[in-house]
Amino acid sequence: MDIVLFLIFAAIAVVCALNLVIQRHPISSALSLIGVMAALAAIYLQLGGEFIAAAQLVVYAGAIMVLFVFVIMLLNEGKERKAKRLLWVTIAGLPLLFVFVVMIHFMIVHILPPSESVQFGAFTDGTAGAIGTKLFTAYLLPFEVTSVLILIAIVGAIVLARKEVD
Amino acid sequence: MPQFQIIAGVPLTWYLTLSAVLFALGVAGFLFRRNIITVFMSIELMLNAVNLTFIAFSYKLKQNDGHIFSFFVMVVAAAEAAVGLAIILTVFKNRQTLEIDEVSSLRD
Repeated sequence: MDIVLFLIFAAIAVVCALNLVIQRHPISSALSLIGVMAALAAIYLQLGGEFIAAAQLVVYAGAIMVLFVFVIMLLNEGKERKAKRLLWVTIAGLPLLFVFVVMIHFMIVHILPPSESVQFGAFTDGTAGAIGTKLFTAYLLPFEVTSVLILIAIVGAIVLARKEVD
Repeated sequence: MPQFQIIAGVPLTWYLTLSAVLFALGVAGFLFRRNIITVFMSIELMLNAVNLTFIAFSYKLKQNDGHIFSFFVMVVAAAEAAVGLAIILTVFKNRQTLEIDEVSSLRD
């Protein structure tokens, strides 16, 4: 059952990611990216990450992607043009990426013990309570620093995107 | 040859391989696409792939530190999206294009 669920959501994630790369219109890419994020949230849930699955849906699929869709709508750019590119770059690039994936898979399989398997419900430390306790005790300083980071990002975004006042 | 046996759960390596596949697709999008927004979305895809690795290793080590790290990655991604999209808006306002080939004055 675990394997079936994993395969379903992994297939959704990979197909949506392929669609992101292949589609020529940015809005189709954005919707495929939302599909990838939703499938990944289900996979996080399988790995016991309840809080992260919820945060993935709320922060990524909810907030960040809405920002993307907003900007795409605002700029209203159509399909992108066919890029003029050397032929051998396209021919060589995709096999090289495939080789990259195969090499990483090879290393992963050889480093990790093969008996390691994931069962739903075997890891229960990913609840909001457990994460919150650790976040506000052991990781308190990094957590506070991220609030400064967010503040800087807000100020930067406002400065960059506002209308110039003459 | 390894014998086929009924395993109760999903092998951990499958999660890591899925993460590698998603990361490679993100790299492909980053390198092959010309639209600056799609390039940006490919970066988000790569961040997501890394998050999956964090969660998978967090399961393996039975510690939730990886969850906290992927939470921080999400925060950084949110900040990056806000600033990056503001930069894209400014570029579009000044140049009326989103093609990254036409926004190359730093290179010339």
